[in-house]
Order: sequence, then C-alpha cells, then structure tokens
Amino acid sequence: MNKIYASYNNIISSLGFDSEIVVQNIQDKNSGLQLIEDKAILSQPFYSSIINSKDLYANFKTLGIEGDFTRLEHMMISSLSKVIGEAKIPINNRVGLIISTTKGNVDVLDKNSRFSKERAYLSVLGRVIKEALGFKKEAIVVSNACVSGVLSIAIAKRYINQGVYDNVFIVSGDIVTEFIITGFNSFQALSNEPCKPYDKNRSGVNIGEVAASILVTKDTNALSKEAVVVLGEGSSNDANHISGPSRTGEGLCRSVKSAIKESNITFNDIDYISAHGTATLFNDETEAIAFNRLGLNKVPLNSLKGYFGHTLGASGLVETIVGMHSLQNNTLYTSLGFSELGVSKPLNIITETTSRKLDTFLKTASGFGGCNTAVLFQKVK
Amino acid sequence: MEVLKQELKENIIEQLNLEDITVEDIADNDVLFGDGLGLDSIDALELIVMLDKNYGIKLTDPKEGRAIFGSIEVMAKYITEHRTK
Amino acid sequence: MNTKYYIKSFCQIKDNKISLNKSVIYKNEDTLDFLDFIKTAYRSFEINYPKFFKMDGLSKLAFLASEVLLSREKINTEEENNIAIVFSNKSSSLDTDKKHQESIQDKDNYYPSPAVFVYTLPNICIGEISIKYKLHSENSFFIFDSFNAEYLLEYTKSLLSTNKAKEVLCGWVEFNGIEYEAFLYLVSKEGTIAHTKQEIIKLYNT
Repeated sequence: MNKIYASYNNIISSLGFDSEIVVQNIQDKNSGLQLIEDKAILSQPFYSSIINSKDLYANFKTLGIEGDFTRLEHMMISSLSKVIGEAKIPINNRVGLIISTTKGNVDVLDKNSRFSKERAYLSVLGRVIKEALGFKKEAIVVSNACVSGVLSIAIAKRYINQGVYDNVFIVSGDIVTEFIITGFNSFQALSNEPCKPYDKNRSGVNIGEVAASILVTKDTNALSKEAVVVLGEGSSNDANHISGPSRTGEGLCRSVKSAIKESNITFNDIDYISAHGTATLFNDETEAIAFNRLGLNKVPLNSLKGYFGHTLGASGLVETIVGMHSLQNNTLYTSLGFSELGVSKPLNIITETTSRKLDTFLKTASGFGGCNTAVLFQKVK
Repeated sequence: MEVLKQELKENIIEQLNLEDITVEDIADNDVLFGDGLGLDSIDALELIVMLDKNYGIKLTDPKEGRAIFGSIEVMAKYITEHRTK
Repeated sequence: MNTKYYIKSFCQIKDNKISLNKSVIYKNEDTLDFLDFIKTAYRSFEINYPKFFKMDGLSKLAFLASEVLLSREKINTEEENNIAIVFSNKSSSLDTDKKHQESIQDKDNYYPSPAVFVYTLPNICIGEISIKYKLHSENSFFIFDSFNAEYLLEYTKSLLSTNKAKEVLCGWVEFNGIEYEAFLYLVSKEGTIAHTKQEIIKLYNT
C-alpha cells in the first residue's frame, strides 16, 4: 500500500487566516476566545472564538470568486482555495473533495436568514464548494459529530488506497450559531469563563468557529515543508450512550489501538498527543482513563480548545494542522487554560511551550453518538 | 400535593417518551433514575428544562438535579417549596 | 486483498412496507404518517427496547432497518462483533434540526430541549445501533445528493480489506420529516450476491 501524506494546509480562524500565523499566535499563547455579548445568539454573555466578518469578506474579495455565499461558505472557500493554490495540483477526475461539518449552513433555518432553506442541506453545501472551486466529482460530505474533521483524513486515505483518487482536498468547518449555542446551553455544558481542559476548576466548553483545509496525497512531489505521513488510523464506537462518553474510555482506547496496529509503531514511539480536551467534566476524565489504560500517561499532551474553543466538526482537522506544525517546529505548545490536574488519572499536560525533537504524534477526538477517532502522524523521512 | 404528583407523573411520561409506562406504574417513592424508570443523563437535563418551563425553577448544577429527581415525592416537595409560577 | 465479499442480506423500508431480501415482511395498508407507521411496525416485530420511543425519526428508521438485518445474525453481545456501520443520506438530521430551530425562534420565551438537540447529528442513529448490539466498530455517516453506490462500495471494501471490520452494515437512511426511505445491506464473506456496484444499484432499485 502507498504511503499517504497530509500536506498543504490552511486555517481560517479568529487567530488568523493562515496556518503559520495561527501557530505563531499559539506559540505566543494568544487565545482567540473572548466574551461575546450577542442576544441574537444567547440571552447571556458567553465565551467563544469568532471570526471577524469584515476581515473574512475583505479577504474573500481578493480571491475573485463570484457568487452569493453564506458565511460558512465564505470561510470554507477562502480556506480551501488557498490550499489548492499552494498545492498546484490540477483539479481533474482523480482529485476528490471531502467536506466535513456537523451542522453546515444551519443558520439559514433561522426565519431571519436571507438564504433559502435549501442551503441547509449538506449536499447543497457540497455542491456549492465543488462548483466554486471547479472540482469534477461529487463531494463526499462527512457529518459524524465532533470526530468529522479527523475522520475525514482517515477517509481520504482510504479512498486513495482504494484507487478512487490520487489526491483528496478536505475542507472542514462549523460556525457559531444560535442553534449550536442554545443547544449546548440546554446541555448545561457551556463554561462561563475561558475553558480549562483537564483542570481541576474546569466548568465546560466554549464553542468556537474555524474553517480548515488540507491536501491528502500519495504524491511525494506534492509535499509542503510540514507534510507528515498518515501512519495509521482507527475509529471505534463506545456503544454506551448517545451523548455521554464511556466511563471506561473503551472506544477511545480501541481507536488508538487500531491506529497503532496499522502503523507498525509502538506506544513508546509517540512523542506528543493532541487530545480532544473539551473541558467538560466527563470528556476529560474519560480521556485520562483511556490514555492511562494505554500506558500513554507520560506522553506530553495538550488540548487546543483554550485557543479556538471547541470548533465541532472542524476541531479535529484544525488541531491536526497545528500538530503538523508542532512537529515541523519541534515545539510542544502549552495546553492553554490548564493549571492544576483535575482528572482522576495522571496525564502529562504541556504547561510551557517547549522545544523538543518531535517525530510522531497522535491526534484523537471523540463525539456525540459515541464516536472516537485516532490518527497517527509522522515526519516525512 | 396529590394533584402536583399526578401532574408530574403525566408530564414525565409525556416529556421523556416513556411510551409503555402509565401513571399507575410510577409510585410516589419509586427511584426514577438508574434501575427505577431507567432514566439517563439526557432525561435529567430534560427534567431541568421542565422545572424551568412549568414551575419557574432554574437549576444550573446538574448534580443538584440528581438529588431533586430522586422520586416523585421528593420532586413534588421541592417544587412546592421553590416554584415561582 | 483477493478475498471476495458478498451482500449477505438487505432490507428496505419505504411506501409503508418493510422487506427483507426482497420479501415483504411487514406492510400497513392504512394511511399513516411516518412516525405512526414506524411505531406500528416496531410493535409488530415485538422488539422490547423502550429507548426506541425516545429516538427521533431518522434513528427510528435506521434502528428498525438494522434490527431486521442484525436480529437474524444471532449476535452475542458478550463477544467481539466487528460489524462496521456506514450510513448515508441526503437530509442529514434536518427534521430534528427544524424542531430545535422552532424551539428557539421565540427569543423571549424559549426552552430548547436537550433530548431534541442531541439528535441534531445524523450519526446519532449509528450510536443507537452500536449500543443495542454492543458494536465497538468503525462508524461513518456520509451525506450525498442521492444514493451513491460507488462511494459506499469503495469505502466498505477498504474497511474489509484492511481488517478494520469483519462485516459492514451499510446503506441509505433518509427521513426529511415527511418522506422516508431506508435501504441497508450487510456485506460479509458469506452470501451469494456479489458486492459490486451493479448489484448494489440493482437491489436499491427493486
């Protein structure tokens, strides 16, 4: 089987419109989270990381792409067009498009939206992105809760190995809407301060928004400087509860084992874990249990939710991209918001940005529906 | 209090879609969560919404809910003492 | 890579009928809306699973279609059963999305329901089936304009050939609030119908 690589990438977020700028902000411990007072979204103020619309639309204008696009489409097209431009791969029948999102253009369901309700269909979102950027084949839309972004990398790899495509572009995105915020609020899951993954005083999630894009390829001539090999991947369901994570971390453990098995490396080879760390009581506790069961409790680990908030279907992809830059820069980035361990099992949370020779990292994510995904990445040798 | 208990049983069956359970099946002191009616964490959140909507009681700590939702008896007592509508 | 895979069984739910391997196993001549139809069908199969009544329309549809196929497999939930679940549809969870949106439309007086919100993700139905049969397996939910045999075929082949799954339950589960259609099939080393694009399309269209 071919080696499959994750290569050119982009992040559109409140920390910048370019992966390098975003990573520099993370290096400097700048968070995109801020207190939002917007009664059209929630009656009380909430913490979130929101992209500045004026900057987004100004940036979009420079692309010269015409059409009547939603906010999310602006984000996705801005992000993906940049990656296509850098990768210099001609879009033909051998190039696939994956779109990963949980809720897509759900904001058009609001009675005040000027867009037709048709735009809420994820397949319509797929068609809009496909046509705006000139893809030839029908988009594969992945909507698998909060693992969507990282699962999409596994899916791209699988389609390339099946010979369906040589290259797959993934764009992942979700936006902050009244729909999402009121929903998480009804779950009493929102924190009223910047989130604190794994911390003793953590009190829930912040929801954020990003669009992120990446090229997945088997072509060694299409590698960016921070490109990585997708060593192995796996997904597993907790088979326990549709919203609460398994108390034993069963699905997460199994997904990591599946990824390890495929990659032919050992647990000792993992230099860094980019974990899910939503800062809810149960999620972080479950991860601690799973990583201890796997003997990974000494591996440096962070959650990037303190920078972006939980960006739902896009979180796994944006965090993978930061992880790639982490390897490239041989730097472990601080798990922002953490000060004192608040899970029942030990974890090696990164508390200071540290230079360290890095070769291999593990990205994990978990989501509603009991889904868990793990992917292992390694520097290109 | 008896009227409130009856109302609670009806609302719980309706709100939590307990299709095969009747008001007569729920005794005032039956445990609602775990082995009792088999309610789970989403049901607990749903009951918190019900307290707010029907009785004007706002709970912000789900753990607090667990104690209040011990049984119909306990719930009725708490509602009687704290209701604002 | 050379192992041959087959469609072991398949189930369709549409037009007030449920069929297994082309034979109608349940039909209801009454004019029922989807939710009444699926509940009546559930009752007729005598499945004792109270959680069914808490599910949204999409999950009820996916659950019952899966039940038709998996109940025949005599799955022992104490043992490892590596059956992956790969579903697809057009409308995602749109019916439930609209319910949640309606519940928050009046900004001064709203009580959004967590039990509704949790179903505003299409893959929740995969979770429901995984819980029932204790399947700690690979999951994916895809959205397409219409049934896409080729994408499903290749993804399923990938899961099987890389030993990520021993069998794959896959297909189409669509519910938009009014119209519904389920077409699920179980891909396995056993069976007689070849696991090919042509066969999948043929079965889907019957």
